[in-house]
Amino acid sequence: MGLDAIPYNFFTGRLEDLVRWARRNSVWPATFGLACCALEMMAAGAAHYDTARFGMEVFRASPRQADLMIVAGRVSQKMAPVLRQVYDQMVEPKWVISMGVCASTGGMFNNYALVQGVDQVVPVDVYVPGCPPGPETLLHGILMLHDQIRTGELLARRAESPTGGAAIEVDQTDGTPVSVTLPS
Amino acid sequence: MSTEWEGLAPQTDEGAQELQTRELVFSGGVWPEGDSMIVNMGPQHPSTHGVLRVMLELEGEDVLRAKPIIGYLHTGMEKTGEELTYVQGATNVTRMDYASPIANELVFSMAVERLLDLEVPPRAVWIRMMMAELDRMASHLLFQATNGMDIGALSMMLYGWREREEVLRLMEEVTGLRMNHNYVRPGGVAADLPDGWHDRTLEVLDLVERGITQYDLLLTANPIWLERMVGVGTITRTQALALGATGPILRSTGFPWDLRKAQPYLAYDDVDFDVIYTENGDCFDRYRIRLYEIAESVKIVRQCLERIPDGDYRTDDLKVTPPPRERIDESMEALIHHFKLFTEGFRVPAGETYVPIESPRGEIGCYLVADGTGKPARLHIRGPSFYNLQTMSPMMEGGLIADGVAVISSVDPIMGEVDR
Amino acid sequence: MPDDATPTAEEARETVHEPAGESDQGPDAAIDGSIDEVADAVAERFQGVAVRSHGQPVVYVDRGVWRDVAASLRDDERFTQCVDVTAVDHVADVERAVPDGVSPKRFEVVANFLSHARNRRLRVIAQVAADDAEIASLTDLYPGVDFAEREVYDLMGIAFEGHPDLTRILMPDDWVGFPLRKDDPPGHVPVTFKGDPTPR
Repeated sequence: MGLDAIPYNFFTGRLEDLVRWARRNSVWPATFGLACCALEMMAAGAAHYDTARFGMEVFRASPRQADLMIVAGRVSQKMAPVLRQVYDQMVEPKWVISMGVCASTGGMFNNYALVQGVDQVVPVDVYVPGCPPGPETLLHGILMLHDQIRTGELLARRAESPTGGAAIEVDQTDGTPVSVTLPS
Repeated sequence: MSTEWEGLAPQTDEGAQELQTRELVFSGGVWPEGDSMIVNMGPQHPSTHGVLRVMLELEGEDVLRAKPIIGYLHTGMEKTGEELTYVQGATNVTRMDYASPIANELVFSMAVERLLDLEVPPRAVWIRMMMAELDRMASHLLFQATNGMDIGALSMMLYGWREREEVLRLMEEVTGLRMNHNYVRPGGVAADLPDGWHDRTLEVLDLVERGITQYDLLLTANPIWLERMVGVGTITRTQALALGATGPILRSTGFPWDLRKAQPYLAYDDVDFDVIYTENGDCFDRYRIRLYEIAESVKIVRQCLERIPDGDYRTDDLKVTPPPRERIDESMEALIHHFKLFTEGFRVPAGETYVPIESPRGEIGCYLVADGTGKPARLHIRGPSFYNLQTMSPMMEGGLIADGVAVISSVDPIMGEVDR
Repeated sequence: MPDDATPTAEEARETVHEPAGESDQGPDAAIDGSIDEVADAVAERFQGVAVRSHGQPVVYVDRGVWRDVAASLRDDERFTQCVDVTAVDHVADVERAVPDGVSPKRFEVVANFLSHARNRRLRVIAQVAADDAEIASLTDLYPGVDFAEREVYDLMGIAFEGHPDLTRILMPDDWVGFPLRKDDPPGHVPVTFKGDPTPR
């Protein structure tokens, strides 16, 4: 990102604030509704619990045009590679909200079929608990994300970690772990 | 495929004879007959109603073949069902068809009660019926919203959700949750209806009726709507029956089969309502059937409001029912009883049964095998969308790819019960 | 395609409005006392055992006549739909109590049939041994069980002979094992708490 190259001073400080303000006020979510949480996500986008007032009314179908991936629902073994592929197709800066307990930790389904927490596949910024979380809970999570964007914590964290914020290790079938690093 | 052409004259004299002609041979790869292309749609797609993947063989914009590929939401719920007690079972089953959770809970509870030979009191029966019909309304309103959005009437998304929010708010007042209620349990329902529910329900019914009148005015005679839906995704009665389709898909082919009338359960033979069916078997018919089924559900709930009897909201068989909460403070036995029931659960004698009911999507059935312990030996839910999805292929083939979206939407699959 | 067994719309309308039977609430309330007629006829013709299970008719047949029973139900007894095909793994209780004349095996393949015209249901169960987990497919008679049989194959490992596309349907294509079998582990992942060493 270009701003990292310029040494921090008064002018870049104001510019960074401007950039962050712009970013948090038009976070466009990608459609990644999987299960029951998707219905509550749609309810959050509908007229009663409007997300459009936060700049999020357009749910972009194409990940290339989206900033935020709200993983709404349970991620099965078959869906995990698709999830990773869609995440990789999103352009930086991108954020991930893990909505619901199934996406956060596997939820009530601690079995062979589900990935126990979507943070095993993609780096997550905000976890929203609930089964399903009501639209108000999701909005709380979204506003928490907006706060994190405003204070710029995310960008700072990403820069430090060599793997871009997600120290992802994948177990092979013979038990040896392999570390997945993002291309720099 | 090869061509021969006379090449340029060679620069040198030797080998001049060999380079007179050159054969160009195209090799490598198999070229398909005609001009068809295999395109993948989904599983992440705005219009596939969840994680459905469809492989399409297209020739231009015509769909030659369509094959649904499922399994992207497989949660192992049937395996989890073998690890949970019968008291906990409703929490698991309710998340299968997440658009109409009461139907799942109801079919599971009815199967357990059948194996226990347990009768539920009349008030519980009527409460269950009322909640099932409210659930049907919520599910069909969801269909109206997503179907409208898929066809392109984006404002339908907001209108459908407006009414659905009202119904969900009522369900939250009654059951405590907006979705995945865990309200209908073996033995009855979890709690009695709250104070003031009668007037609240009347308010909600009036709002829903006003809403569906608006949708009817907006869409049913709309020329764009008719162009996109009439004659699209047609299926014949023979095809629908052969493919195991039930629910609105079967009723749209001229076959008025509704389990609430044909094989009544709960108190459906005591209330007055009509089975909506049409003749053409296209997407427009299925839209209309679901719209008018909302009106029929409103009719049923109105009758429930008048006629719901007083009494217990759950059976008084102590093996199955926990004691009332107030008694737990007073009596040690009640506390122990409550504890045992919610940790160990109750045992169901060995046996097997299949209980079908009419969910908004069709016939949902629970095949339950018990082995005398506190957990099922086998819990299998016959999800209507699992079978209905097979009708998607004959509906899409021969149409345009844009109609494919309309078809998927009118099949109204809920991937939670397809993949379980 | 079951053309001759398909009820016409008029027939269906008549049946739908038949008065409910005398039994109590339940899905088979519309069935009168002669329900065993179909189960007994099937049991007699195919050397099976007919029982009533909590008020529902069930016929236990031999695996070899599975497809013939289904063909007879479709063509002679007008059972228009096979609403469900599933399987049960009884490895924990192979010596369970079964009706007389049935020799219990590890797997039971269960099919539920529905006749719209006659408004009745029938369940047919066949025992399948563990070392020979195969049974005939019903897809040419009832095309709707295509997905259901693939699911039984995927999750239980019972092969359906004659199925046009017997591949995994719910699990990923390279999955090893049959998850719904009782000896396949549920796959619990131990819950990690704050402070535990984690991969991240």
